[in-house]
Amino acid sequence: MAHDKIEKSCEEAVADIGDGASVMVGGFSGRGTPSNLLLALRARGLKDLIIIRNDASGGWKNPIDIDILLEAGQVKKVVTCFAVFGSPKKISALEQAVLDGRTELELVPQGTLAERIRAGGAGIGAFYTPVGVGTLAAEGKEVRDIGGREMLLEHALTADFSLIKAHRSDRIGNLVYRRSTCNFNPHMAMAAKTTICEAENIVETGEIDPDLVMTPSIFVHRVVHVPRSAS
Amino acid sequence: MKEPLSREAMATRVGIELEDGFYVNLGIGMPMLVAEHILPGRRVLFQAENGVLGVGPYPSEDAIDPDLGNAGDQDITLVPGACTFDSIISFGMIVGGHLDVTVLGAFQVSAKGDLANWKLPQRTVGSYGGAMDLAVGAKRVIALMQHVTRDGDPRVVTSCSYPLTAPQCVSMIVTDLAVIDVLPEGLLLREVAPGWTAAEVQERTEAPLIVDRVKEWKTI
Repeated sequence: MAHDKIEKSCEEAVADIGDGASVMVGGFSGRGTPSNLLLALRARGLKDLIIIRNDASGGWKNPIDIDILLEAGQVKKVVTCFAVFGSPKKISALEQAVLDGRTELELVPQGTLAERIRAGGAGIGAFYTPVGVGTLAAEGKEVRDIGGREMLLEHALTADFSLIKAHRSDRIGNLVYRRSTCNFNPHMAMAAKTTICEAENIVETGEIDPDLVMTPSIFVHRVVHVPRSAS
Repeated sequence: MKEPLSREAMATRVGIELEDGFYVNLGIGMPMLVAEHILPGRRVLFQAENGVLGVGPYPSEDAIDPDLGNAGDQDITLVPGACTFDSIISFGMIVGGHLDVTVLGAFQVSAKGDLANWKLPQRTVGSYGGAMDLAVGAKRVIALMQHVTRDGDPRVVTSCSYPLTAPQCVSMIVTDLAVIDVLPEGLLLREVAPGWTAAEVQERTEAPLIVDRVKEWKTI
């Protein structure tokens, strides 16, 4: 049934992600991160993935991060705003991969990253922002006076797949996030051709109050039930 | 021998700047200490850029909510009136000019108020995080840092040698030796730490300081 998007397992949900795919990964530190989908993705043993994700520094309380893909040598490029922790004593998996020349890094200011993803999901090609003017983030970008203020042209981001996490989903894929797990998840859901959601709770379609739906089902293609105790 | 001020004393000084009703974002690290130094009778709502407005104190062990943290991945609580939201709303608050103050850690601040806080020059890779957005978007940027590096090099400099977070964004610098206002005519040394003189602070500062209006260190 087309309007039942529940998949049996994380493995099945990511089975068609291939070499070279671009993948957005929701979450901020461990909160809202689809760890079980990431484990299933790593198990595919792919190469040349392009990962778009808020933080790629690793080292958070939740150890299952995009680090596991970087350490497995599966990532060609990362687009992120957190590449390393402050202390130079701790080398992140991404930093090591960049130093070794295995992985390319595109560093983006956090709000710009969010807006580029939002634009991608909304059919907007590019936008101007004051953030990054006069810094390394402006390199190679058009700078234009908008209303008396210098701004940078920033382009939208889209991806082949988004892996996201929700607190609750119904069978059709309406999503609810809880507390600070929301972060990039709703916008990544909109910006990929195929959005795969790891949901802690599944309810029957119609059980979520329409006023409380945070990501409408049209943006969600597959849902896997991973109860909190199992994750 | 006189000592520079403690981190607590620096946070206390910044706390005086946060007025009743302000919405404030505190950067990761030392700025987060400022939350514990709000003056009595003032209500300040703290924003965390991962999607929280109304960050409360750290929870006790049995009150931890795994779905609730700040941008530094610390467990937090919410104050009454708090709300949580996505990254677009969060950075709309930040870049849209809605925050009254942000307090950011810094490696260097220049005489013009340029801020460098995202990458050490000897390191290949750095992290922007939300610092560029906060530096550009908040109505007022307070830089909180040690006055000199571990090697004794000044951090308040004529022009930043480290890569910039944003040009001309800092309006006030609070260090373990001084409070400095960034003005169009230059850096005004406003207060020096107890026991220190303006001349001693200038010796440890690369950029020239305006020293004709120095006052005592403000306390509660």
